[in-house]
Amino acid sequence: MIIYPFIIEALQVALLLMAAPAFAGWVKTVKCRMQGRTYAGILQPYRDIAKLFGKEVVLAENASWIFRSTPYITFGVMVMIGGIVPVFSTELPFGAIADVIALVMLFAIIRFFTALAGMDIGTAFGGMGASREMMISSLAEPAMLMAIFTVSLAAESTSLTQIVQVMGHGKFILRPSLAFALLAFIMIHLTETGRIPVDNPATHLELTMVHEAMVLEYSGRYLALIEWAGMMKLLIFSLLGIAIFCPWGIPSSATPYEMLFGFLLAAAKLAVLGVVLVLIETSMAKMRLFRLSEFLGSAFMLATLGMLSFFILE
Amino acid sequence: MPPFDIAIASMLLMLTPVALAPCCAKSRNTTIYLSFFIAALASLTSVAAGVLAVRDETTVSAVLQMGLPVLPFHLRLDPLSGFFLVVIGLLAFFVSIYSMGYVRSFHPGRSIVRFVVFYSLFIFGMQLVVLADDAFLFLVAWELMAAASYFLVMYEDEKAENKRAAYLYLVIAHVGAIAILLAFGVMAAQANGFESFQGYTFDSMRTTSYSPGWATTAFLLSFFGFAAKAGVIPLHVWLPEAHSVAPSNISALMSGVMLKTSIYGIVRITFDFLKEYPWWWGGVVLTLGLISALLGVLYALMQHDLKRLLAYHSVENIGIILIGLGLSMLFTTYKFPLLASLALIAALYHTLNHAIFKGLLFMGAGAVLHATHARNMEEMGGLIHRMPWTSALFLVGCVSISALPPFNGFVSEWLTFQAFLFSPALHRPILSLLIPLGAALLALTGALAAACFVKAFGVTFLGHWRGHHPVQQVHEVDWYMRGGMALAGLTCFLLGVLPTVVINWMDILSQQLLGAKIAATTGQFGWLWLTPYSSARASYSGMNVFIGIVGVVLITWLLTHAGKRSIRRVPIWDCGFEKLTSRMQYTATSFAMPIRRVFGFLFNISEETRLPEPFRHVAYPGGLYYRLRVRDRFWNWIYKPIGWAAFYTAKKIGNLQQGRIQVYLIYSFVTIIVLLVFLG
Repeated sequence: MIIYPFIIEALQVALLLMAAPAFAGWVKTVKCRMQGRTYAGILQPYRDIAKLFGKEVVLAENASWIFRSTPYITFGVMVMIGGIVPVFSTELPFGAIADVIALVMLFAIIRFFTALAGMDIGTAFGGMGASREMMISSLAEPAMLMAIFTVSLAAESTSLTQIVQVMGHGKFILRPSLAFALLAFIMIHLTETGRIPVDNPATHLELTMVHEAMVLEYSGRYLALIEWAGMMKLLIFSLLGIAIFCPWGIPSSATPYEMLFGFLLAAAKLAVLGVVLVLIETSMAKMRLFRLSEFLGSAFMLATLGMLSFFILE
Repeated sequence: MPPFDIAIASMLLMLTPVALAPCCAKSRNTTIYLSFFIAALASLTSVAAGVLAVRDETTVSAVLQMGLPVLPFHLRLDPLSGFFLVVIGLLAFFVSIYSMGYVRSFHPGRSIVRFVVFYSLFIFGMQLVVLADDAFLFLVAWELMAAASYFLVMYEDEKAENKRAAYLYLVIAHVGAIAILLAFGVMAAQANGFESFQGYTFDSMRTTSYSPGWATTAFLLSFFGFAAKAGVIPLHVWLPEAHSVAPSNISALMSGVMLKTSIYGIVRITFDFLKEYPWWWGGVVLTLGLISALLGVLYALMQHDLKRLLAYHSVENIGIILIGLGLSMLFTTYKFPLLASLALIAALYHTLNHAIFKGLLFMGAGAVLHATHARNMEEMGGLIHRMPWTSALFLVGCVSISALPPFNGFVSEWLTFQAFLFSPALHRPILSLLIPLGAALLALTGALAAACFVKAFGVTFLGHWRGHHPVQQVHEVDWYMRGGMALAGLTCFLLGVLPTVVINWMDILSQQLLGAKIAATTGQFGWLWLTPYSSARASYSGMNVFIGIVGVVLITWLLTHAGKRSIRRVPIWDCGFEKLTSRMQYTATSFAMPIRRVFGFLFNISEETRLPEPFRHVAYPGGLYYRLRVRDRFWNWIYKPIGWAAFYTAKKIGNLQQGRIQVYLIYSFVTIIVLLVFLG
């Protein structure tokens, strides 16, 4: 059956696309609940995206092709990443296309083009967002790589499916290096998905915005694609964290029954993770931009310490 | 035709413009087209020779009846030289096509013949360096290359900054050359104890076994010499100066391939001649590589001169190559030939990649310079509308150098990271510390490079025009220049999506030098997949990444354009301010400001803000004076004291020179007495 893995692949990508707004809605709902606000329900992000797709695009006069192609590139790369992270099964034909290092760099493509799009119109907001985003990512990306390296040293592979196989199905070993890596990864997760204390997805306040400043000029279907890709990013990053640090239960074969089990398990893990995210977000305040270097620097140091402890202790 | 003959033919062809250009100097355009056409042809021939030499594993040597009476010139083409011939030839081919357009734009008062002659000699010199098979010819070629490039940096010789840059370059190049000369001396003495000149041939150096002490001396001397040429920190100061003032096609060649001849030298001497070494050599190379990579990219971020920025990136990329070489040396010491091969291939692949994308970027910078007459990014902006080709091709270069898949820079960085991840095999406490730190710094370097190129591309090509003259004067460059850049851009892409083909081709290098091949295509996957060790360990398929992204983008685009929906073009949203000017955009300096604050301790920064005289009151500022100066700390740490010491000594010695004949007679008298006492 050569075609079967590809069906699974397509199924996974379609499911991720469909589930991403729901997960974003879930996080928002829990957050509202936690902060004592009323909430619009899990389905609100779907309505937002549908509304944006229906709207006309308003484009600045001097927007170049970079600005116009960035939403498509962002979305395309995000879907590509969605096909690589093992979610329901480790039997993914696309899993071999890119390993974790390539995965991190695929996220970097999105950031690169979003930052360029921010600078394309030539308003101060866009430049500000791009400049801040690149400063943040220049610390967050190496921290992420180091966290991932620590895991791949333990798994002796940088292939994601292989990591899941080794960590999830192999002998369970308590590794101190992974604790460091996990801590760093959580900090990076908050950073990369633009959440408090690094960035606030709900604000359009000049002093604090980073990601929103870059995409401020977008409207209509462009904005819909970017928003959708943003939700995908939140979902995929969470799934990536699950695949690396909590892979137990991801089936290694791909029978329909096992896939259903894998799907339910992933949904359960995500629901818990969403609550954890909200807990972190609610219990913290947004940091000043130049305090971020300390936050990200410590994430970087933690990840490096994780790798060091692997070399020294294990 | 055997590859060696093709290589010789290519070099002879490269020399023809030297003779031809002065003859047809009457017609400027004929000189340009003819000379650069021949140069392009010669470069292409050299690529063919190199490709064949590596593919067929040829090793041919020849002795020319020229040179010293007892040491005729030895030439040798082996796969390593072949590989570097390809690197040199490929970029020289693109740059020669580009030059047909670029050189025509030179000021009519300048001599084209001078340029053409040194251009050809420069490329000829580089080819000769990699083919030389004895120390004497190597140094002759090395000096030919240095001298020709010196004259090319000096081409616009009425400018003071060119003279200063060329002088600095010449001084550091020669300090390096002396070290290389001494290293050869040491190795020749080990080879046959100065009994005959045969010790100076590379063949005898290759077959000698060295005593550890002398091997270390030779390694350190040669590494110092090559590092000076490669611009390894702290010997990098000449690089931003020389690359920024040289004509852009020369900057492309210097940065793209001339620096690589020193990588050739390091590989040749360490892996081919010395062969066995203690672990700390690898440690030294790795550490210097890491320092160069990180500081190079940070200094680049602080630049607002486009060409200086690119020049500092060469420091960074040489650092990345040295990281690969250092790891390879470490693995060799601990007898892991397969892992050593992986690291060596990573380094050499990055050498090839960097040549192409840095050449592309310098050509792009040259096109911008040609169109705007400015190197300062703060006077550019919005060029994407005026120069669509150049901006698209420059973007390809930016994506490649930022190591984003599916372009070529990513492949070699990926291989380097893979080499890092194999390092737990090395058991030594200090390496357990150095290697995780190294991986961290390399990751940091990559992320900062992306930030730097967002800045370079964003400020130069996006936003609004910031220049002083009207933007309508800016025009796209001609087809020769576009052609040269487009070929380089295409090569960046091909090297990114077809790495297995390239690695299978060059695997023979590591086979010969280290005795192991990295299996690029083994495993259950086909030629599309790069699996350097085993398919379970790591795999990457650039082609599939590319097809995947393009496929999804196309489908999304078609789906969103299924219904007829219009796009409304409106003026920029200005918050109702209505007086938005292009000076309110983010500039290169302000873009780098957050990073400058985070990493500020590495620089020598002086910042000054004051109000101009008539409006001394803060409440009514008429204007603001802001001055920012970011300097390399190494200049004050190393070069200033050396310069000061040199002047001080010269002054003290100058006291001997009194200008009176009696004093000089006393000097001669004293000298004779002293000699009589000691030698009599």
